[in-house]
Amino acid sequence: MNIINEMSLSFPSKSLNESFARSVAAAFVMNLDPTINELSDIKTAVSEAVTNCIVHGYRRSKGTVYIKGKITDNNKVIIKIRDKGCGIEDVKKAMEPLFTTAPEEERAGLGFAVMQSFCDKVKVKSEPGKGTTVTLEKTISQTDNDR
Amino acid sequence: MLKTEFKNNILTAYIDGEIDHDTAAKIRSRIDGAAQSLKPGLLCLDFSGVSFMDSSGIGLVMGRYRQMKMLGGALRVINIPESMYKIFAMSGIESLGVLR
Ligand SMILES: Nc1ncnc2c1ncn2[C@@H]1O[C@H](COP(=O)(O)OP(=O)(O)OP(=O)(O)O)[C@@H](O)[C@H]1O
Ligand SMILES: [Mg+2]
Repeated sequence: MNIINEMSLSFPSKSLNESFARSVAAAFVMNLDPTINELSDIKTAVSEAVTNCIVHGYRRSKGTVYIKGKITDNNKVIIKIRDKGCGIEDVKKAMEPLFTTAPEEERAGLGFAVMQSFCDKVKVKSEPGKGTTVTLEKTISQTDNDR
Repeated sequence: MLKTEFKNNILTAYIDGEIDHDTAAKIRSRIDGAAQSLKPGLLCLDFSGVSFMDSSGIGLVMGRYRQMKMLGGALRVINIPESMYKIFAMSGIESLGVLR
């Protein structure tokens, strides 16, 4: 498994960067020739992870959101989204569908559930007071015929 | 981002573009402003112009559902683009009976 492309990106935790981040992720996977659905899945999952950094991670502060992307030669896309914010006390509980610590802001508690259903694999590493890293993995389907 | 129309006691909000945490806040305050002053029997969210949404869109719909209940009206969501079926399906919103 060789790495065929990589990227890294960082930006301030402003909500207008949510659309910027998912557009970059979409552009990054573009040369794997993803289907419209695969592209939409990646955009949505990245949007969830980046929004969580901004809304929860840096809730009481400003900070920087870091993204690292990798594409390997088996058509796998790996995207890491990291913040140095408040961290998550209980990751297992946070990942349960409908769990949210911000219901008054009309958060549905579905972000992690969306990431899990739209990607092949989601890993979450978090330490209270230090921050959170979410790793998303998705293999893009290969078409044998030239489209 | 949003056009509204009030006719026959129905307030229709035509949402346009992408719904995320950033845009949802603005869309929400525009819709709630109109709903609170017009007190429609039905609030209709028209999604035909929506090109992207994440879970913030689900929060927006659930929030308007509660808002309309409080105002004594109902909610309906119409013209959901096919690319958003998946996220609506996993949200459980279907059980509210507001999707068309
Ligand atoms: N980067 C993060 N830093 C700190 N806490 C986080 C982070 N990401 C998620 N959380 C915690 O995990 C909970 C669940 O996250 P999830 O994305 O599933 O739902 P939500 O963000 O609350 O709602 P939604 O994503 O539907 O708007 C959050 O409410 C928050 O408490
Ligand atoms: Mg979230």
